[in-house]
Amino acid sequence: MAETQVRLPEARYEFGGDEFVFVELDREMSLHANFKAMAITGALREENIAGIVDICPSNASYLVRLDPERLHPNDLVTELRRLEHSAGDLDEDLVINTRIVDVPVLFDDPWTRETLLRFRENHQDPNVTDLEYAARINGFSEVGELIEAIGSAPFIVTMLGFVPGLPFCYQMVPRSRQIEVPKYVRPRTDTPERAFGYGGAFAVVYPVRGAGGYQLFGIAPAPVFDNSRSLPDFHDRIAFPRPSDILRYRPIDRNEYDRLRSEVEASTFRYRIRDVEFSPTAFLKDPDAVNRDLLKELYR
Amino acid sequence: MNEVLVRSGGLYTTVQDAGRDGYYAIGMPPSGAMDRYSFVAANMLVGNPDSAAALEATYLGPELEFTDPRTVAVTGARARVTVNGDPVPQWTSLRVAPGDVLGFGALSAGARPYVAVSGGIDVPEYLNSRSTYKLTGIGGFEGRALAEGDRLPLGGLQAPPRDGLSVPEEFLPEFPEVVQLRLVVGLCSYRLTERSLESFLETTWKVTKDADRIGYRLRGGTIEFVEREQPFGAGSDPANVVDLGYPIGSVQIPGGNEPIILLNDAVTGGGYATVGTVVSADRDRVAQTGTGGHVRFTPVDVDTAVQARLDRETRLSKLRAVLGR
Repeated sequence: MAETQVRLPEARYEFGGDEFVFVELDREMSLHANFKAMAITGALREENIAGIVDICPSNASYLVRLDPERLHPNDLVTELRRLEHSAGDLDEDLVINTRIVDVPVLFDDPWTRETLLRFRENHQDPNVTDLEYAARINGFSEVGELIEAIGSAPFIVTMLGFVPGLPFCYQMVPRSRQIEVPKYVRPRTDTPERAFGYGGAFAVVYPVRGAGGYQLFGIAPAPVFDNSRSLPDFHDRIAFPRPSDILRYRPIDRNEYDRLRSEVEASTFRYRIRDVEFSPTAFLKDPDAVNRDLLKELYR
Repeated sequence: MNEVLVRSGGLYTTVQDAGRDGYYAIGMPPSGAMDRYSFVAANMLVGNPDSAAALEATYLGPELEFTDPRTVAVTGARARVTVNGDPVPQWTSLRVAPGDVLGFGALSAGARPYVAVSGGIDVPEYLNSRSTYKLTGIGGFEGRALAEGDRLPLGGLQAPPRDGLSVPEEFLPEFPEVVQLRLVVGLCSYRLTERSLESFLETTWKVTKDADRIGYRLRGGTIEFVEREQPFGAGSDPANVVDLGYPIGSVQIPGGNEPIILLNDAVTGGGYATVGTVVSADRDRVAQTGTGGHVRFTPVDVDTAVQARLDRETRLSKLRAVLGR
């Protein structure tokens, strides 16, 4: 995979006013940049530095929120530069303890279809659906092939944010097989809760109803955010996804969607989750083999 | 009864405290009072801890009926404030009795009045804060703005403060015609041409009607981005970057003609190039600038940004001493 040869540029340190430090590891997206962001922010978390309020790994960058009355942003940058050198190089033997999760998605569903038809004038191509448009510009001869490509390899959560619990997910395939779509020309003012969207090289599930600019492909029966914490997977945490989670978006039919919705309504739904050890080095060497093993473990 | 009866919610009044910290990494902004100075001063006047939950109104304040003896104070925007229809001073502790009604007329300056009540607004905490975050309907009073008929629970009374306690003139905020916002330029400011950045800083921007706790959209100029081949994963628009974290107070310019300042209830990340961040102390000034108001950005370095914050806290400490709190 070409990304093993990728050399990241020098990290760029920027002050977000007095309360934030933003560190850009690369301007383009790569798993390499994300693994580096996860490694540095993981090491920073271990240090428990007084005055750090939030540590937010992002796709190819990270953001730290601090209390400037307790920690000067300049001192934080000094520490982050040190960590870039001690923790930022991808260790050959690094193994991430994470989870692989089955995330069912009903593609081309009536709810997102109704929404996207209402916002055709905000779109690049008002005459086709978002799925038809994305299939065409990514060289698929029909929508079914695009859906199959999304389901064929898992995604890794490279960032949480925008709104609470929203996972930005990057497909674990070489760049030549990445699906890439533009965001809407003008963002929509409405998106259904649990909509499955795609923008840039990222797939997302929208946690709540609201504005959004990603192409709409489908809808997930299960939530990613539950502020009432009524579902078992949310008892400890209002947001389900965690950074570095590996999610497999599995295309389902309407019958399964309806059945899973009833389970969610009855608060009995549980995600299929397996704990896995994930080696970025092994993955970057042979992604298809690692993905095969991951999926085998998930459905064992 | 330890309750306040809401006879009118005003335009958009929410329960806010010092904010909900520690959840930015899952995408939850802190919320909290937007004008920290006015919020803390209101709490001082009624004898509450600095971070006690109070009410943040927008343009038109609420109408509140008290059911037990309390001390209240109204700070923030300059407004006509009444008790039982009679005008009362702002920035002053006021004693109210059961049946008394606090009301608001029009604002003459600023945008957000704050109302603190002795004992604090005692809505349940959600993730260690009482701040309202409307997008997901959490915190505050049922996760929403106040409406007619709501009954707001109040906390138990601490040592009652002196009546008629008043904030001296030199501690009152100013409401200039053009509000200067200190900005630490950076983040993805490399996306702007040098000329665009200059013109961005020289423009007097007007606050549009899209100005709320999530963010303020501004109009008044156009910005050009440096031409480039978009990096992989960013999306095709020149304003797009690979999705990243947004600082609170950061400024982005989607479309090149509508800068947005992100505020306390903002989205925590996304795919638009951010070009700088308003220093935290000046979010107080943003909070008091309404639709139709004008702002300008003054570039400062990070040391000045930190100092601005320390200066505000020093000013609050002095005020605390003056008020004998």
